[in-house]
Amino acid sequence: MTTTVVQQEGPAAVTPAPTVGDHVRSYLARVRGGDLGSLPAVIGLVVLCVVFAIVRPVFFSAANFANLFTQGAAVTVIAMGLIFVLLLGEIDLSAGFASGVCAAILANVVSVLGYPWYVAVLAALATGVVIGLTLGFLVAKVGIPSFVVTLAGFLAFQGVVLLLMKEGTNISISDGVIVGIENDRIPPAIGWVLAAVAVLGYAAAQLLRHRNRAARGLVTDPIAVVLARIAGLAVLIGLAVLVLNQERSINPLITSNKGMPVVVPIIGVLLVFWTFVLNRTAYGRHLYAVGGNQEAARRAGINVDRIKISAFVICSGMAAIGGIIAASKDRSVDPNTGGSNVLLYAVGAAVIGGTSLFGGKGRMINAVLGGAVVAVIINGMGLLDLSSGLKYIFTGLVLLLAAGVDALSRRRSAATGTR
Amino acid sequence: MSATPLLELRGIDKSFGPVQVLRDVAFSAHPGEVTALVGDNGAGKSTLVKCISGIYPTDAGEFLFEGKPVHINNPRDAAGLGIEVVYQDLALCDNLDIVQNMFLGREKRSGIVLDEPTMEQLAAETLAGLSVRTVKSLRQHVSSLSGGQRQTVAIAKAVLWNSKLVILDEPTAALGVAQTAQVLELVRRLADKGLAVVLISHNMNDVFAVSDRIAALYLGQMVAQVKTTEITHSQVVELITAGRSGNLGLATESGNGHEPADATPGALR
Repeated sequence: MTTTVVQQEGPAAVTPAPTVGDHVRSYLARVRGGDLGSLPAVIGLVVLCVVFAIVRPVFFSAANFANLFTQGAAVTVIAMGLIFVLLLGEIDLSAGFASGVCAAILANVVSVLGYPWYVAVLAALATGVVIGLTLGFLVAKVGIPSFVVTLAGFLAFQGVVLLLMKEGTNISISDGVIVGIENDRIPPAIGWVLAAVAVLGYAAAQLLRHRNRAARGLVTDPIAVVLARIAGLAVLIGLAVLVLNQERSINPLITSNKGMPVVVPIIGVLLVFWTFVLNRTAYGRHLYAVGGNQEAARRAGINVDRIKISAFVICSGMAAIGGIIAASKDRSVDPNTGGSNVLLYAVGAAVIGGTSLFGGKGRMINAVLGGAVVAVIINGMGLLDLSSGLKYIFTGLVLLLAAGVDALSRRRSAATGTR
Repeated sequence: MSATPLLELRGIDKSFGPVQVLRDVAFSAHPGEVTALVGDNGAGKSTLVKCISGIYPTDAGEFLFEGKPVHINNPRDAAGLGIEVVYQDLALCDNLDIVQNMFLGREKRSGIVLDEPTMEQLAAETLAGLSVRTVKSLRQHVSSLSGGQRQTVAIAKAVLWNSKLVILDEPTAALGVAQTAQVLELVRRLADKGLAVVLISHNMNDVFAVSDRIAALYLGQMVAQVKTTEITHSQVVELITAGRSGNLGLATESGNGHEPADATPGALR
């Protein structure tokens, strides 16, 4: 933090410091005004969990809780990337099969060619970046609508996966590191350390920000609200780690199975990193600006084309990570990796979490909350032994509901209040 | 009134292909004054503004800024001199708040991190300096503001950068009566702070309410630039529609042209 000269003269155009009551009231006003944020996702998550827990008590077991993370990880990561494209008001329909192509490259490099895991991971990421550059160039510079470009990509990448898989065979992966992402667990003690680091880091960031703003005479959130946020996060993370550290194995003497899956901190790091990029850097600000009003952004001197291309690169790059996670989960790659409904689940996760399909509105946490909802739906329906027909119908309805909430809240958001 | 204009244009020509849009235009803007730029649709007002702000290159003519010749080749040059344009269709992002909009594209940073407190403070000071008290919070999204408040933010954005010349393109076109008064008051305050203000407007009431000088364009020619006190409402309308009014404006075939001392006729060389 740089120390700038502190101005004694307080800003004239601001209201007095808000109390906790004001804070709650302004939040309620925002929700009524149509700025729902992640509220539908949180409510949906609670409702779904309660329903599934009543119908199938096994849903609330520690083993199943851990399953939710490994089942939802790939979709969540792809959704994180999609949010960058959705923020611009564009769409990437090819993200699912892009993750499939990257997973196929990974499998070929590590299993067929026999290179070490890091070479394979880098090759997969590079593939994602090249795909993103191509899509972004076609959308931003050539001017083809992203819907068409990525629909073409959706078909073409499906073919690329088939070619890479030698017409339908599957390649199994035995590399310990790659398989470990989804199948290894972090020792409980280290799990607690990671949880503590996360909570303390969040607390430090929040308190520093509060102090810094207060010192300059700017309007701050009441300290009680700040502390409540920190406490809330600590309780959530603490509970999650506690449950994940339970013994999940039926016979612990043969194989012990406790601790959080390795993929959990990976998602945590990605969440923090991209949230930082979106909220705290000029690049993130410009991304929102292009999504909100492209012409205004252009006039403000922002290179709109570069922002668009970068969003597609991030999206496909994150799809590559999603592909690696999917390959790790199945311990193999087949022509269907990243296919079928992976893309729809990822778009659904982003939209259910509160990211707008109309651009300009969305946060990284949306992907995680929406991903959790999607994971709960997939998991719960699996436990209920529903026919695949019913599963597709139900998932489709949930996606439609989320998009409907988005469209309706957008209509009301003309009266949105303070942030 | 200051002797040297802040911005002085001489003999500006501009053609788009075979169409000559500006013909030998002379124009000046003085610090501390509001200069109204009037003219019918297609008279060349917008083109002139785009030439001043560096969006279009001119074919011929001189630019003098603070008495010194300058070349404005792109919008960055104009911004470097302290020329800011507030566009008619408000270049604001609805999904960003007031501070974010005011600093868009020119964010303050410490390292790679945005320096939000400094930006918020500067924005608050700028709004306070313009005596703007109508916005509730600086962290309000622009989508929740009224038309007048948006216009205020757009104008404050232009003032933030220690600008010397602010060009307002039809700032009251979409506003109601009360909001128009509010914005005009702000326009007047900008000039009182010592800035040179150019106001493009179709509304004669607005023009006479705030301007110190009126510059009238007619079919790409500057037919008159006179003090507002020395001209009447109907004379301005005649200048806009016919290019001449009495002894003001374009010369007739028989030749005439005794303009008031301060007038700058279009044919002046």
